[in-house]
Amino acid sequence: MSAFPELVEVSDNHPAQPGASPPGAVPAGESPAAPPERTQPPPKVVALRRPGRWISAAVVLLFFAAGARSVITNREFQWPVVRQYFTTSAVLHGLLFTLWLTAVTMVAGFAIGTLLAVLRLSGNPVLSSLSWGYVWIFRSTPLLVQLLFWFNIGALYPRLSIGIPFGPSLFTADTVNLIGPTAAAVIGLALHEAAYAAEIVRGGVLSVDAGQAEAATALGLGRARILRRIVIPQAMRSIIPAAGNLLIGTLKGTSIVSVLAVQDLLYSVQLIYNRNYLIIPLLLVATIWYVVVTSLLTVGQYYVERHFARGAARTLPPTPLHRLRVALRTVVARSRGAVLGGGTR
Amino acid sequence: MTSPMVRVRDLHKSYGAVPVLRGVDLDVGAGEVTCVIGPSGSGKSTLLRCLNHLEKINAGEVEVAGELIGYRRHKGKLHELGPRAITRQRAAIGMVFQNFNLFPHLTVLENIAEAPIAVLRRSRTDAVARARELVRRVGLAGREDDYPRRLSGGQQQRIAIARALAMDPKLMLFDEPTSALDPELVGDVLGVMKDLADGGMTMVVVTHEMGFAREAADTVVFLDEGVVVESGAPDDVLRNPRQARTREFLARVL
Ligand SMILES: Nc1ncnc2c1ncn2[C@@H]1O[C@H](COP(=O)(O)OP(=O)(O)OP(=O)(O)O)[C@@H](O)[C@H]1O
Ligand SMILES: [Mg+2]
Repeated sequence: MSAFPELVEVSDNHPAQPGASPPGAVPAGESPAAPPERTQPPPKVVALRRPGRWISAAVVLLFFAAGARSVITNREFQWPVVRQYFTTSAVLHGLLFTLWLTAVTMVAGFAIGTLLAVLRLSGNPVLSSLSWGYVWIFRSTPLLVQLLFWFNIGALYPRLSIGIPFGPSLFTADTVNLIGPTAAAVIGLALHEAAYAAEIVRGGVLSVDAGQAEAATALGLGRARILRRIVIPQAMRSIIPAAGNLLIGTLKGTSIVSVLAVQDLLYSVQLIYNRNYLIIPLLLVATIWYVVVTSLLTVGQYYVERHFARGAARTLPPTPLHRLRVALRTVVARSRGAVLGGGTR
Repeated sequence: MTSPMVRVRDLHKSYGAVPVLRGVDLDVGAGEVTCVIGPSGSGKSTLLRCLNHLEKINAGEVEVAGELIGYRRHKGKLHELGPRAITRQRAAIGMVFQNFNLFPHLTVLENIAEAPIAVLRRSRTDAVARARELVRRVGLAGREDDYPRRLSGGQQQRIAIARALAMDPKLMLFDEPTSALDPELVGDVLGVMKDLADGGMTMVVVTHEMGFAREAADTVVFLDEGVVVESGAPDDVLRNPRQARTREFLARVL
């Protein structure tokens, strides 16, 4: 079995290592890099025992189990009702609308926000101040007020027209026809989102070392190309976690549009419990859906972050899936080894 | 001297009210290597950055290959050029930084091929083939697909040199290219620079490596407090400086 027949003679000072091939067994002089021969095996390492950890974990688990038991057994939660309504078409439609509204808000918000961030960083004092003013206004007024404002914009401007400032107008329409509850919700959420997105993008851009843009400038790259190819991809590393946070906040935040009687997830279950008074189970239905979608988004965020971490660290950490696979393989190998080796460990 | 590649006349530059360059003249002939030495804060980096208009100047002229850099002469005044024209001028001037400034999210090949594709409108195939050749030339064949952070400092700096060379520059600027490196890595980078110099590249090198200056430079320029105190052949400036300030500086660094 051994590739070194002389191994047994040389290593007779290693008592408990049959079959292993200690590196010290290479005949001296043949390989200058070989570690020195040892007469004693190295001492075993024993980790510090931490009984406190086990006890505190057990106590916490106990409380958790008690809590979970009460949630499951308390009849007032009416779990059968939750199950019954969980996938009814009204709820699913509400969910779909919530997802759509979140996506539109996020995309429009980041499009406007990126523009605002670029203006803010442009070095043009007028554009920069305008961008600052936008963020200031939209962050310092409650979202609910903004939504109600857009919903009632018709009172302020009964007719809207598109045209040249101080010049002729090309298109005119009644505001009420143009901006219904859904449009008010989309506009309100997107403009509000844009203020936060602008700050997130700006923070990301500022986090990139100025030497990067400088090196790209020295190579003769233009401003737009530098932003798109050099700065933004690196800024993504700090943009993504903040944007993920904002996205999850937006998903739940869209429930605020129920005040405009727009049929999102929350308003859909409200409509149902206004009829049958099963308030708690129906709120649970909405809650669970929010948790499910948020969880999916969190997983997605992990992989997007990983994508933009390219080159940031010397090696990327393994994904949880990969780690799981390795762990399983180790367990399998170990159990197999135990069967074959007949308890050598 | 052969036809000048770099011609600087009475260059003034200040940051706010603080003057940094106070009337600098500099001539570098085509194919020549000029080393700029001087104490910290004397304006060496600033001078280099004025050569490719990374800094706006306050007065004076900077010409590279006979072309006024960053400005256009009109009725006795200098008018700053638009971004497009400046970008075109910069593309012909390579620059290597103290801390490399490779793009960490792009591989070695992507780092090198980015500007030729974007600025010189080369096809991707050509740019990548050229990039491979340059990687080989700086002695790093086999590392084409690595990200910069996986390379040692000396290897990163050699890639940074390859990245600048990919633009076929007329002039190469080096700002303390070995100052951020461990001593044992300095030699590889200086070796690549020496090869470049031997190959006829015009170079302006800000450096504290007096050995390199002595070996590779045609001219050594000593800059102090924003003025050229002394310039000449390395043997003259480094061995027999005429000015007391040069002597003091050399006594401190040698
Ligand atoms: N952006 C800036 N704003 C204000 N002052 C600056 C700026 N850049 C440089 N300076 C000042 O200009 C002077 C010259 O700077 P420069 O970087 O050219 O020196 P240097 O000779 O390259 O020094 P070192 O050897 O330390 O790199 C210094 O006093 C520095 O503080
Ligand atoms: Mg400097």
